[in-house]
Amino acid sequence: MQHFDAIVIGGGLVGSAIAYGLAREGLKPALIDEGDVAFRASRGNFGLVWVQSKGLGAPHYQRWTRLSAEEWPKLAAELGERTGVAVGLEQPGGVQLCLGDEELAARREMMEQMRAEAGNFGFDYRMLDRAELAGMLPGLGPAVTGGSWTPYDGHVNSLYLLHALHKGFVERGGTYLPNRTVDYAAAQPNDFRLGSGADEIAAPKIVLAAGLGNAALAPLFGLSAPVRPQRGQILVTERAGRVWPIPLGSLRQTLEGSIMIGSSEEEVGFDTGQKPDVMQAIARRAVETFPYIAELQIVRAWAALRVMPPDGKPIYDESEKFPGAFTANCHSGVTLAGAHANAFAPMVAAGALDPMMAPFSAKRFDVPQAA
Amino acid sequence: MFRKRPESTVATVGVTVEGRDIRVPEGASAAAAVLLAGFASIRETPATGAPRAPFCLMGVCFDCLAEIDGIANRQSCMVTVAPGMAIRRQLGKRAVDPK
Repeated sequence: MQHFDAIVIGGGLVGSAIAYGLAREGLKPALIDEGDVAFRASRGNFGLVWVQSKGLGAPHYQRWTRLSAEEWPKLAAELGERTGVAVGLEQPGGVQLCLGDEELAARREMMEQMRAEAGNFGFDYRMLDRAELAGMLPGLGPAVTGGSWTPYDGHVNSLYLLHALHKGFVERGGTYLPNRTVDYAAAQPNDFRLGSGADEIAAPKIVLAAGLGNAALAPLFGLSAPVRPQRGQILVTERAGRVWPIPLGSLRQTLEGSIMIGSSEEEVGFDTGQKPDVMQAIARRAVETFPYIAELQIVRAWAALRVMPPDGKPIYDESEKFPGAFTANCHSGVTLAGAHANAFAPMVAAGALDPMMAPFSAKRFDVPQAA
Repeated sequence: MFRKRPESTVATVGVTVEGRDIRVPEGASAAAAVLLAGFASIRETPATGAPRAPFCLMGVCFDCLAEIDGIANRQSCMVTVAPGMAIRRQLGKRAVDPK
């Protein structure tokens, strides 16, 4: 039996960021990672640090996302200094482009509501008309009617991020245990034991960050994580010279020059296959947005599964039955990495979630439905 | 550095590599033309500018990227030569013309 200060289940971006934060807080954590059989949303995501569309009707989520965006430059700098891995963060703000009048009107209404809900906290945004956008983005397609801008958004190389978090975690004294599944779990208040093959490990704290695996793990610890898979498909072009100064939501150009094209949402269970109709739809929208994209070759394409809570907003919880057990679930492992490493991990290290996290509890799904 | 095999077919197709005239057999790839023309490299990588030459010759490594007849980033090992084909260096990232 190996003893640790904390166990984090899940070596993706959510688990790695939390584990890294715990190690920085001075704990000796273990990070359990599954292996190539896992769905690994962290290896298939789009790489946005995206704030502007998060938290409509849920100001706590907008605040949490903003907190993460504020922590991001610190995290990126710290990872660069400690690990030598440059994660390529650029945070110049972002624009969500709208095609057609209906989309633009809906976007305007949404952004106004976000600002109203933000209250004294504020929400800095501006609607840009076609003429303003055309000045900033030459070659804009005729279908683009306008867009919304916020200063908070950015993007990053999420594979370097995952690598840097793992490297930083180990350098700060964490123990990385790859190719492990949880064969059995025993939970007592502040006393958790896991068996994986011949290994047995124990810790007074445990964080479930196993993505879609959390749905099955959470009940073992008196928690609930009703997450479902939602498929997204991505197309990637050949590398080209810089065309956009900022990320554009479902379009972004990496530092290396590739243009990434998203984003689709499909409810197809655990199927990670790619479908031509969806690939065509996202490619068509990209070309309507910028006709010159049609000249670029697609060199890679993939599908991955988002970790989606029932209402699309993250779930963070601590177990009442077994204090010391926590859960983190979201589909924004990149955007929220700053909050996970610099805010959530310190709460876990302190032993309790901050009251600001209460609205994220899975208890919100227990409300009986009106007849 | 590279020679044609003795049993190979006669070089009948005229192409240019970086403006240099070269004849290659019908059915050969543009990458073969690059090698026969004696160039030590055909592209410079977008990441570091390091020189690269055709390597795997089977469409996998992308080290044979060239501008062929004005189209950037083509895998020259996957392109069959045609009379008058113009093969040029791919220097770093391709440019995009937003128009």
